Amino acid sequence: MSTLTQAAVEPSTTPPVHTDLTGMSGRRAFTDRAARVVMWGAFLLACIPLVWILVSTLVKGGHMLLSGSWWSLSQNGITSRVVGGGAAHAIQGTLMQAAVTAIMSVPIGVLTAIYLVEYGRGRLAKVVSFMVDILTGVPSIVAALFIYALWVTTFGFQRVPFAVTLALTLLMIPTIVRSTEEMLKLVPNELREASYALGVPKWRTIVSIVLPTAFSGIVTGVLLGLARVMGETAPLIILGPYTKSMAHDLFNGLMATLPTMINQDRTEALQPALDRVWGAALTLILLVFVLNLLGRFLGRFSKVKN
Amino acid sequence: MSTSITGRSVIDELPDPEGRPPLTGDRASTGRWGDRLFGGAATSSGVLVIALVSLVGLFLVIQAVPSLLNNNVNFLTSTEWVPSGAQPRFGIAALLWATVITSVIAMAVAVPLGVAVALFITQYAPPWLSKPAAAIIDLLAAVPSIVYGFWGLNVAGQYFEPVQNFLNTYLGWIPLFKDVGTSAKSTLAFAGLILAIMILPIITAISREVFAQVPTAHKEGALALGATKWEMIRTAVLPFGKPGVISGAMLGLGRALGETLAIMILLSALNPNAAWSWSIFTGGETFASKIALNAGEFDSPQKTGAYIAAGLVLFILTFVVNAIARIVIERRKAFTE
Repeated sequence: MSTLTQAAVEPSTTPPVHTDLTGMSGRRAFTDRAARVVMWGAFLLACIPLVWILVSTLVKGGHMLLSGSWWSLSQNGITSRVVGGGAAHAIQGTLMQAAVTAIMSVPIGVLTAIYLVEYGRGRLAKVVSFMVDILTGVPSIVAALFIYALWVTTFGFQRVPFAVTLALTLLMIPTIVRSTEEMLKLVPNELREASYALGVPKWRTIVSIVLPTAFSGIVTGVLLGLARVMGETAPLIILGPYTKSMAHDLFNGLMATLPTMINQDRTEALQPALDRVWGAALTLILLVFVLNLLGRFLGRFSKVKN
Repeated sequence: MSTSITGRSVIDELPDPEGRPPLTGDRASTGRWGDRLFGGAATSSGVLVIALVSLVGLFLVIQAVPSLLNNNVNFLTSTEWVPSGAQPRFGIAALLWATVITSVIAMAVAVPLGVAVALFITQYAPPWLSKPAAAIIDLLAAVPSIVYGFWGLNVAGQYFEPVQNFLNTYLGWIPLFKDVGTSAKSTLAFAGLILAIMILPIITAISREVFAQVPTAHKEGALALGATKWEMIRTAVLPFGKPGVISGAMLGLGRALGETLAIMILLSALNPNAAWSWSIFTGGETFASKIALNAGEFDSPQKTGAYIAAGLVLFILTFVVNAIARIVIERRKAFTE
């Protein structure tokens, strides 16, 4: 054994013959390695903007969020030159409009998903499914223009916060339909059949068997949908002008939101105003991220798994 | 199977092994009032969605038509935009160009990058990294559009200056790269780049989904024949995932066409008297940014109608792009199931 090994190690006069069994030429091995490097590089490259945005907003706006008044005061009576005030009016407006949007879009979205999964057959279901896809792709500015054409031009109403929530509802319905649909499909058919076998009517099967099974998945979809509409600014610019003070009335007057607060002062040159813009941007990002992470976290508790 | 974009799956329509139709149809309903009420509510929600999309189109058309009839120039080919007054003159040629070129730039960057990232997540990443990596890319979609715009203009834009100078100097003889003296952070090129970041998560998510579904037998077959990992991806993963990548790219394109705030903040308006330039290093306005920028001026039906007409064109554009995405992915389903 040992002599054999030694003989093999012995330097020979002829160049060693390639005995690599994979038979991989240098070029193929190089391409393979290059592809690996490219994929890693692509991922790292894609991470840069996220990290960069987070770092810049944290550095420029982080200190704003540390003061208590940021969370409790409005900008009432505060000019661009003065430090102070808070974003409570905008945070409150954003949360309030998001809540109303959810109240309107969740029933429609969930019922549409139930229709598509549990009832819909044939041509109508195909058309509904197609229209949900089209609605998913409707740009937020078009949704806002539609509500403007309906609410302001046709009905002659004022631009009020409620009109904004109508536009946001239009944008949120398709995301809820798609995520709920997916969850309902994951509910095993055996559960439905067992329920039918016990003589439970179809609607009670859906309400008390199917929906509870898919519940946390549906909540995840709703939170992700909310995260999307909270950052939407186009409908706010068309339908919901900014105001510096607190507002609670959805049907009268103006209501501030975080996106419009950013939009209001984004061209300011004065430092106090710019600080507030970065602060509002960071607050908005945090709100959206928290909803996102909460949604994903709740998704883990789902009783149905992909 | 993937259902997030495709909606219904063929499996749902198949009979059970004994040949009976599936129990989940209307036949399972007992015809009691509760069933009729609940089923009716679900169906009317579905019909409401159809009605909403139709209403969007209808209202935009109704309010755009009177303005279009008053228009004194060709709506599709004119670059003028004077929607008010006794002799309104407005056309969408300039808006269409800016919208399309920013989206094309975004696609040129985001599609290859998105596919590479999706391949990384599904094929290359070590198991512990794969899920967090996907979550990180998804978070890119959570950053609001207005923040992208503000960040691009105030933080990232200055680093684009050398890139623009380089292209101006060495490729400036091509009309597309001509230097027209616009600040780098306000050009169509940079706006397209920011759009690319914004549509990257959409393209990645959908590509990822189809790449993860490539049958293991295809991949192992390729490897067993001696393919390297990259060759396996080229011959097994990419052909299988192609329709998914195409429809993901289309959905990303739909998003890019309608993106408003980031573009509105970044792009600088053109001087109305400036000569027309094909350069991507100039400012401009897209459909969405034009409408948003002038939201305060919707004071006469004539003017509002002109902006709504622009919105209508945008709606039609995104409708077509999304319909194509849908058709492509439907086809894939027909082949694979």
